[in-house]
Amino acid sequence: MAPRVGVITFPGSLDDRDAQRAVRLAGGEPVALWHGSHSLEGVDALVLPGGFSYGDYLRAGAIASFSPIMEEVVDAANKGMPVLGICNGFQMLAEAHLLEGGLIRNSHGQFICRDQVLRVENTETDWSRGYEQGQEIVIPLKNGEGGFMASAETIERLEGEGRVVFRYVDVDPNGSLNAIAGITNERGNVVGLMPHPEHAVEEGFGPDTNAAMRNGTDGLTIFTSAIQHALASA
Amino acid sequence: MPTIVVEVMPKAELLDPQGKAVAGALHRLGKAHFTDVRIGKRFELTVDEVTDEVVEEVRQLAADMFSNSVIEDVVNIIVPEVSTGSTHGVAGETH
Repeated sequence: MAPRVGVITFPGSLDDRDAQRAVRLAGGEPVALWHGSHSLEGVDALVLPGGFSYGDYLRAGAIASFSPIMEEVVDAANKGMPVLGICNGFQMLAEAHLLEGGLIRNSHGQFICRDQVLRVENTETDWSRGYEQGQEIVIPLKNGEGGFMASAETIERLEGEGRVVFRYVDVDPNGSLNAIAGITNERGNVVGLMPHPEHAVEEGFGPDTNAAMRNGTDGLTIFTSAIQHALASA
Repeated sequence: MPTIVVEVMPKAELLDPQGKAVAGALHRLGKAHFTDVRIGKRFELTVDEVTDEVVEEVRQLAADMFSNSVIEDVVNIIVPEVSTGSTHGVAGETH
């Protein structure tokens, strides 16, 4: 049976259906979950999608991190369930203290939307084990508050423990410390990243490649990592 | 009805892109003698009655919800002095 992956919709989520589609293309069965519920409906993994939950009033992802379903998300994450936060979902995981650090407004003050090169620096997590160490991938990036910040001690610890999963290559598009694009928790089951892998999962709808326009599918491996590797071996 | 004020600022060591944008505008207006601008948030919480419990609750909310200690500091919590009608700050709540 295909692993069931819950995608949580919050008020203001934008990419929940894109994430569901990515789950399906990766061989999983997407399960639509609602922020106001306390049920994860028995799913095997979770995706917190991108968007602007609650208008990002207060702080990006902050109000969403107090949603009813987040109690169950925190509980499941602490028990080892694979949890992926994309963009606004990453901001929620940081606000919920499932991941360290915080995201602030881009250093240049502008919303940014580009196809971004990332380097995969940790292939041990539930969401990155399908990549090669050091592999460079192209994933669309679109955010206004993607500047990753943490105390110097936290940055040192994240780097020392190899918990930077994705790092921006060539440019640091939003002023993130150490060009950090995505991190994981100690256990490696919770991953958050600002770029949007769900927008690079199907030829014809992804970033441009040397072969053809919009043919990039580098993001699919994030989903297959959990669905075909982590959950299959669980 | 009494109002408790919570003031939150981005951490001093972090770049404040909003403040930087406003500082840039001031510079363009010929007001470059304002060398820096930082922008924070002010929360006004209206309650029926200010009690010690409520003030403690506000302190908790200021730390756990109104601010994120990774990127922000609670710089002030102002509790109204109900008996005199004046206000006073309750210690700098720097985290």
